[in-house]
Amino acid sequence: MSRRPRNRPPVDLAGTTDLPVLLPAADSLARRAARERELGAALPRLDWRHGLVLLAVLLVSAGVAQAQAGAGREPVLEVLLRWMPVLLRGFLFNIVISFLAMAVGTLIGTWLGLMQISLLPPVRVGSWFVTQFFRNAPWLVLLFYCMFLLPFEFRIGGLVIPFPDWIKATIGLSLPVLANVSEIVRGAVNSIPSGQWEASESLAFNRRQILWMIILPQCVKRMLPPWMNLYAILTMATVLASIVGVSEMMTQAGRVLAAEDRPDLLIPIYSFVLLCFFVYCYPIARWTVALERRFQVKL
Amino acid sequence: MAWTPDQPLVSCKDVHKSFGAVEVLKGVSLDVAQGETICIIGPSGSGKSTLLRCINALVPIDRGSITVEGQEVHDPKLDKLALRRKVGMVFQQYNLFPHKSALQNVMMAPVTVLKQDRKEVEERAYRLLKKVRLSGKEQAYPGELSGGQQQRVAIARSLAMNPDVMLFDEVTAALDPETVKEVLVTIRELAEEGMTCLLVTHEMGFAREVADQIYFTDRGVIVEQGSPKEFFANAKDPRTQEFLSQIL
Repeated sequence: MSRRPRNRPPVDLAGTTDLPVLLPAADSLARRAARERELGAALPRLDWRHGLVLLAVLLVSAGVAQAQAGAGREPVLEVLLRWMPVLLRGFLFNIVISFLAMAVGTLIGTWLGLMQISLLPPVRVGSWFVTQFFRNAPWLVLLFYCMFLLPFEFRIGGLVIPFPDWIKATIGLSLPVLANVSEIVRGAVNSIPSGQWEASESLAFNRRQILWMIILPQCVKRMLPPWMNLYAILTMATVLASIVGVSEMMTQAGRVLAAEDRPDLLIPIYSFVLLCFFVYCYPIARWTVALERRFQVKL
Repeated sequence: MAWTPDQPLVSCKDVHKSFGAVEVLKGVSLDVAQGETICIIGPSGSGKSTLLRCINALVPIDRGSITVEGQEVHDPKLDKLALRRKVGMVFQQYNLFPHKSALQNVMMAPVTVLKQDRKEVEERAYRLLKKVRLSGKEQAYPGELSGGQQQRVAIARSLAMNPDVMLFDEVTAALDPETVKEVLVTIRELAEEGMTCLLVTHEMGFAREVADQIYFTDRGVIVEQGSPKEFFANAKDPRTQEFLSQIL
C-alpha cells in the first residue's frame, strides 16, 4: 500500500498526480496543461476536428439514408445538391439578420451601457433595469413579443411602411444583444483603473471628454473579444426566427423536407445545416481566442 | 475680495474629511505662499494624499475651508475646471494615458481643454519634454518607457497646463532607486525656478534639501512643522522623533 507523503500537493506543477480520482484523466490533462503553459493562454475547447465529425455524420447519414431508400430513388447527395441554393440562400438570410441585429444592438447597447455609469441616479437605475430585464429574459419569448406586438405595417399620413416578419425578428433578436452589449460596455469602463479618471480630472477634462477621449478608446480592446463571442451566439440564435415563420435556413430545411417527403433525408439535411453554422462560427471563435491572447492584460 | 500674491496661494483651514467611519483628516491647517516648496511627511494612512486630493477638489471635504488664490475650493458654485487649470497634480502611479504617445499625453489637455493652438502647444510640448530630459522619446508610448521616464512625462503633462501650483503625491514611491534621482532632479529644478510645489514624500534627504517648510502629519493632524533645519535637528514632538528615528 502506497501512501502519499503528508506535504505533497495532490497535483504537482508538472501535472502529475497520485490521486486515484484524477488518474484516468491525468495524462491528457497534463498534456493540455503543458501546451497551455507553452501558449500562455487557455486552449479553445472547440477545434476543427469537431467540424470533421459533423461532416462525417453528414456523409454517414447520407449513406445510411441511401441504403434504406433502396433502388429507384434519387441519391441523397444529389437531392442535397439540388436544394443547396435554397438552403444557402436561407443561410444568407440568417447572416443578414445577425448582422443587422448586432448593429442595432451594439448601437443602442453602447448608449445603454454609458447610461449605466451616468451620475444621474434615475438614468442609471432606469438603464440598469432595462439591461437586466432584457439580459435575463428568454430570447424566444422576446422574439414572440416582437412578432405579435409590432404591427405588420406603419402608416405615416398616406405613406405605408411595410414591416415584414424578418424585420420584426431582427428587432426581437437585437433586444438581448443590446442588453449584453450594455453590460460589456459597463464592465469595460469599470475595468479601467480609477487613476485614469483622477489624472484626467486633474487636467481639467470634463466628464464627457474623459469618457470619449480617454476611457472609451482604452475599452475597445477589452470589449472586442466578448463582443465577438456575443456575435457568434447571436448567429446561432437566428434559427429561432424559424419558429415565427421567417424564411431563414431552418425554415427552408423544413420546407425542403416537406417537399421531398422522404424521412431518410431528415438527418442529412439537418447535418448540413449544422455544418454551415459550424463553418461560419468556428473562425469567429478562433479569432476571438487569438484576440484575447493578444489583448491579455499585462500586469 | 481679490487675491494678491502676498497672501497664501493655497490655504487650508481646519480641514476635516471622513471616509465612512474613518476620519482621515481631523482639522488640518496649512498655508503655502507663492513660490514656496512644502513637503508633507508622515506615516502611511496619516491623510497626506487625501489632503492633496482635497486641494484640487478630487475629494470633497466635510468641514473647514481650502482656498486656492483666494477662491474657496469646496464652494458648490466653483468652476472646478477653472481650479484644476491652476493646480497641476502628479500621481504615484503616473497614470499616463496608455493609448497616447508621450507627446500626445502632454498636448491633449491644452488642446482640448484650453483650446489652444495645436502648433503652439506642440512646440511647448517638445520644449517641456526636453526640460524633463526626454528629447527623442516624444513618439514613445507609455508602455515603452521606464517608470522614471513615465513619471517625467506626467510632470511635463501637468506643466503643459501652466499651473500656478503643483501637487506631487509620492511621485517616487513606485520607482526603482536608480530612477528616483532623475525625477527628483526635475522637481528640484521646478522648485528653483519658483514654481509653488506641495510634495507628499518619503524621501527625507530630498525634503531636507528642497523644502522651505516641512509638515509632519500623523493620524489626520499636523503634529509638527518647521524649516528643514530645525525639523530634522530638533524635533519636539515624541511622535515625530519616533518617526524620524525609524527612517533616518
